[in-house]
Amino acid sequence: MLFFSYFKELVGKEVTVELKNDLAITGTLHSVDQYLNIKLENTRVVDEAKYPHMLSVKNCFIRGSVVRYVQLPPDGVDVEILHDATRREARGT
Amino acid sequence: MEFRKGSSLSVSDSSKKEMASDTGLELLIEQTISVITNDGRNIVGVLKGFDQATNLILDESHERVYSTKAGVEQLMLGLYIIRGDNISVVGELDEELDSNLNLSSLHAHPLKPVGH
Repeated sequence: MLFFSYFKELVGKEVTVELKNDLAITGTLHSVDQYLNIKLENTRVVDEAKYPHMLSVKNCFIRGSVVRYVQLPPDGVDVEILHDATRREARGT
Repeated sequence: MEFRKGSSLSVSDSSKKEMASDTGLELLIEQTISVITNDGRNIVGVLKGFDQATNLILDESHERVYSTKAGVEQLMLGLYIIRGDNISVVGELDEELDSNLNLSSLHAHPLKPVGH
């Protein structure tokens, strides 16, 4: 639940999602769900020359199970809030 | 999990959805989509239906095979069900952008399979 809530706060920000097949996609975070599936808008693949497979795709749905990393803008991260939320979750609240 | 087709209801009851923000694929129903599967294949087709497990029904589908030695090959498939387990990305295909592509001269390495 923690990461689901956290990603909901990041809707509208630009993120880069790196997948387990090494593909990396940059886009605006449109929405997220309980499985941490991600929908991105205005997408572009990071290395377009190497991965032209998604040239005609500008909006996509990425299955949570296939995400390796989600790269966030540094100003999108409030470490204090994350620490507090993590402590609460660890306590079982 | 109940599977429903068509443009109405392809998601679970709203009561179960209180936890979910909207990442449903409803908006893509009847649209042409490009699917990347876990084994690195790229399949293009019209989305007819889906369920919570991301199982998809794709009509008029074809596979685009990329290679470094030849242009993109398109293999006709027809009506397909793709199991959600095997899906990485579901992209909305922009028909205009796609028609500007010259697939027969596009060379690329095939996508890698997902390595967990």
